[in-house]
Amino acid sequence: MTATSNGTPTLEAPGLDWRRQIRFSLIGALSSAFIALAGMPVGLDRRNIIQPLLSMGYLSLLWVPFVLASLAGSQVVLEGMTERVRSSKDLVAGALVGLGSALGLVALMILVKNFNIRDPLVNWSPQLLDLLSFNRSAGLGMVFWIVLGTTLGLMGGAMHVVPTAVRSKTLTVLLSVLAVSVLETFITDLLKGFQLEIFTDFIYYKRGGLEIVGALLVAALAIVIPLLVGDRITVVRTRVREMPADERSRVNLILLLVGSALLLVLPFFLGKITNELLANVGLFVLLALGLNIVVGLAGILDLGYVAFFAVGGYTTAVLTSPNSPGFSPQLPWPVALIVVVVLTGLVGLFIGAPVIRMRGDYLAIVTLGFGEIIRLLFLSDWLSGWFGGAQGITNIPGVDVGFATVNGIDPRSIFLLVLVFSAIAIYISWRLEHSRIGRAWMAIREDEDVAEAMGVNTTNTKLMAFVVGAVLASFSGAIFSAKVGSIFPTSFLMLISIIILVVVIVGGMGNIVGVIVGALVLIGILGGPKQPGLLQEFSEFKLLIYGALLVWMMLKRPEGLVPNVRRSRELHQEEFLQDAWLKGEIDTDDEENPS
Amino acid sequence: MLQISDLSVTFGGLHALRNLDFQVTEGEIVSVIGPNGAGKTTFFNMISGMVTPTSGDIVFEGESLLGLDPSQVTERGIARTFQNVRLFANMTILENVMVAQHCRTDQKVFGALFQTNAFKSEENAIREYGEEVLSFFGTRLTGYRLEQPASVLSYANRRRLEIARAMATRPRLLLLDEPVAGMNPRESAELTALIGRLRSEWGFTIVIIEHDMSVVRDVSDRVVVLDHGESIAHGSYEQVANDPNVIEAYLGRQVQDEQAEEETSP
Amino acid sequence: MSVDDVGELDTASQAASTFGTNVTTTYDAKPTSRVLWVDRFLTFIRFVFILVISVGLLAFIAQQINPQNPFAQWINPDATGLTAAQFKGLLVTGLAQGAMYGLIALGYSMVYGVLGFINFAHGEVFMVGAMSGMITSNKLADAGLWEDAFLFCLLFIVVSSIVLSTATAVIMERIAYRPLRGAPRLIPLITSIGVSFFLQNVSVVLLGPGAKSYPALPSWLSQKRSLIGFQIEGTKLVVLLTAAVSMAGLWYLVERTKTGKAMRAVAEDKEIAALMGIDVNRIIVTTFAVGGAMAGVAGILWGILFRSVIHTTGFLPGIKAFSAAVVGGIGNLGGAMAGGLSLGAAEATAPLMLLEPLGVDGVSQLRDAVAFAVLIFVLLVRPSGLFGERLSEDERA
Repeated sequence: MTATSNGTPTLEAPGLDWRRQIRFSLIGALSSAFIALAGMPVGLDRRNIIQPLLSMGYLSLLWVPFVLASLAGSQVVLEGMTERVRSSKDLVAGALVGLGSALGLVALMILVKNFNIRDPLVNWSPQLLDLLSFNRSAGLGMVFWIVLGTTLGLMGGAMHVVPTAVRSKTLTVLLSVLAVSVLETFITDLLKGFQLEIFTDFIYYKRGGLEIVGALLVAALAIVIPLLVGDRITVVRTRVREMPADERSRVNLILLLVGSALLLVLPFFLGKITNELLANVGLFVLLALGLNIVVGLAGILDLGYVAFFAVGGYTTAVLTSPNSPGFSPQLPWPVALIVVVVLTGLVGLFIGAPVIRMRGDYLAIVTLGFGEIIRLLFLSDWLSGWFGGAQGITNIPGVDVGFATVNGIDPRSIFLLVLVFSAIAIYISWRLEHSRIGRAWMAIREDEDVAEAMGVNTTNTKLMAFVVGAVLASFSGAIFSAKVGSIFPTSFLMLISIIILVVVIVGGMGNIVGVIVGALVLIGILGGPKQPGLLQEFSEFKLLIYGALLVWMMLKRPEGLVPNVRRSRELHQEEFLQDAWLKGEIDTDDEENPS
Repeated sequence: MLQISDLSVTFGGLHALRNLDFQVTEGEIVSVIGPNGAGKTTFFNMISGMVTPTSGDIVFEGESLLGLDPSQVTERGIARTFQNVRLFANMTILENVMVAQHCRTDQKVFGALFQTNAFKSEENAIREYGEEVLSFFGTRLTGYRLEQPASVLSYANRRRLEIARAMATRPRLLLLDEPVAGMNPRESAELTALIGRLRSEWGFTIVIIEHDMSVVRDVSDRVVVLDHGESIAHGSYEQVANDPNVIEAYLGRQVQDEQAEEETSP
Repeated sequence: MSVDDVGELDTASQAASTFGTNVTTTYDAKPTSRVLWVDRFLTFIRFVFILVISVGLLAFIAQQINPQNPFAQWINPDATGLTAAQFKGLLVTGLAQGAMYGLIALGYSMVYGVLGFINFAHGEVFMVGAMSGMITSNKLADAGLWEDAFLFCLLFIVVSSIVLSTATAVIMERIAYRPLRGAPRLIPLITSIGVSFFLQNVSVVLLGPGAKSYPALPSWLSQKRSLIGFQIEGTKLVVLLTAAVSMAGLWYLVERTKTGKAMRAVAEDKEIAALMGIDVNRIIVTTFAVGGAMAGVAGILWGILFRSVIHTTGFLPGIKAFSAAVVGGIGNLGGAMAGGLSLGAAEATAPLMLLEPLGVDGVSQLRDAVAFAVLIFVLLVRPSGLFGERLSEDERA
């Protein structure tokens, strides 16, 4: 312990932890080899990031040394401790991690060259070897990887040595180039709507990916734009923050209106593919908002959530389709929707009532069971007289809104429909969260026994969460069947429940904005269970990534990308209290405050 | 007000409470004391419906509480605090007392969605009543604290908030489980005074479980002593403190009277 | 209450009303009814369940006595009934599968007992075992050893699958669950779902998405033999025997060894166990390892029974095994095995004995639904399982 000049004792931070570096090297080696064997480099090679320098396939390997070296070099900065002085040792450590990762690949190359175990491992192929050796000789490839890995590791390590400004600039440039490349379909489509093809033709290569010049341009813009606009945004922000409350809420309202108006006209500037994509995202936003009420607010882990989606979809199909095998009233969609909502609510009650008293984990597995039972019933020959069994129900008409019919042929109209219903769902979630019942849900999530003892009828309140969640899912189901036009039991696999859960968790449990962001990022970019996202090439790997993401989120950032204040407090209780204590907010003094 | 007759509960052969008779009249403050493991908390859990008795009956204002859920017991006017403070730690202080008014309010989903006038005025009323309850403890739980999470509160203030939360359910009978545990003598003296005011200003009837004998002496009209799940003595503080059964329960057999006197009264 | 006090109370409520409160204290309003409609509804569901079971069984018996009798005719005129041989066949199939569920259930039950959460990924540990068996057995078959030295091969694949599954379970614990000890209950549960999803897809990307088969078994093994009036295929016999031996071994480990005693202590109370000098982390790893080994054995048994494995192989058996653990009473090892056997038997026989007599078509499609219905029924009627739970006070909350 040393005393600094102002008398507060500070602790010397420990030096470089070499064991940590070695562990990260090993992790790097194993992950690189795993990614290679999973077939990502070969499978993703088709997708260009920067033509002809970098493809998604190579990127899937190249991020490993960089990110791991950077992670290995990061350290927790504790209050009251001096930060360790960074030195060239950090560079060496980073390079070591990078080298380790590269060596993993080199070892793999040697093995692939000399042995053939393609029998169980499908990606153990000559193509992999070719790709890894950059289509040259294997020896040259190995040298190349060692150099590349070490360099990237060095750069990853350097992230901690260089000044913060340089670091954040580098990351901005890297991320914006990547983002512009990934969002290619969307950007092209949008700019086409505004007749600005010239720009996209300039930066994008014909068959996908950025041109080198385009990449340079994007990089330059990423540096220049924040310089030009950055300050002004902060100025405006502080000005808004300093406004009186009613004026501020007026500004917020105007922003909200402008935002929704923009969203409403957006579909008209987008092409078919993008509209389709956003409609899919919207369906998942609806589902995720519903699950968010059940899991995020009331703390009930419902793994059979797809059941309500299925009931919504099937009911709409039965009520509107002329091909419905058993009962076919051919109602117009809006009328059917009312029946759908009521019926799904009832199914929510029916499923909810038996499970609601069970303890959390039993509830999870029983709801999962219900989800499967419902799918199996739709699939069964027994009920095929009503639901068509494996053949499903086809020929579902769209939504007739007078001047047009909303159906899958016109993704734009579907997207608009989804937008309207998402707005309704957002409103419902928002209002309920800040109401008597929302508080009761939160109390139940915190401590069910105490909530009960404080007069909250937990059974009814939890059932209400179940029913509201079910109703939101039924919206999604009804739109889904109008969109696709036909409905099969395979559209309602248990997988969907899990994917919705991932969306909610990655976005941020208990947070409306988070859920929307989660759906945009995951469904929009990686794609839904059957719907392709912007990175279509990822379809083979997206479920793997979903799984890994779920685990990683739970371990490192359980509050999600856009955390709910309350949730993150709960998950980081100790850190939160420490912060509050340091800021002097914690209440240690029991003297009555002077009034 | 509360009549408990011949109440027993067993947990797999262990008699937590045995043939207990107990009553509280309106306006009383009754203390329940007894050595650790005497079944005091079980007794509270039983009244508040968290544990179902094996036999016997609990009658509150002419109605049996047997078979009611804890929330229904609370609705009928009995609120409690917990020995190991159990607040909704991640909800704000105000929300803690707001949620406790759940059973006294009735706006449902419809009101919240359409922002009916009934909903708005009920929300306001809930908030105002919550603030009123909190202001009973001076400025400790009000002002900027209202929007802070309960987890930042000091131990003593958590105990106070727990009492406030119980008050917010608008009970007539308040069950306080060791309200001054962990407080220093000054704080506990202050809380003792507040307990008196809970009766005189708010009209609550109160049952307290307490180990601190000075608090018991100062607040209670009557003291009931439990040991091994049985009521071994009851009466005024002085009567109970001198009861040989009680002294035996606390100190074991063959102990001089003077010593017992020393131990039980501070 | 004295008159003064009443006065005070009035002022208090007046004070409240001056704030413009319209929240009235509802003592005088009709209190909520004692019996919630949920409870009535639950009673109704229980009743319906029992009604369906008894009517189905009665109809089945009626058919067995005489397919032409009016009751059987009235319920389902087309039902065919079962011969004794068919019934025994179904029962043996069910029991063999049930034994496998039981072996997997042990892992769920042990982890639940010690850590108090459902390790959803345990089904995937089982899948890893089955996959590893598929790989090694095919390699051995390529080398020509499978037919010639079957028993040796069997031993080899069992050992290698145990090693791999155990390693998977232990690594899983180390990476995904250990950092989460003491986190809110939902967190490890969700993590385990993620792990399960991840492992399934690791299998897809590494080994390819299609179903893969085991080499054909030697004919002397798949032959039917008769045993106490039952015609049992050799494979099923092997399954039942292996399950019995593993169960006995596990029982010995838990009840008779020092490690087992430590496990039980950790399950009861981790902190106290640590104070008593037990290395809690080591015991938890051991628990995962033992569970993983059992799942590995079960994986091989799956391979022998069905000779086909795919990345989702672990999912349904995993869920069913968990159901078996719940049915038997979670934390109760004997119960897990018994739960597995009863679940297996129920899902094999119930479609034909209960549903078909009731006039349900295509009953074999509803096997899985029956398994889940059994779980729901048991949890509704006996939430602590048929044979009672063994959990510490904490985890029961």
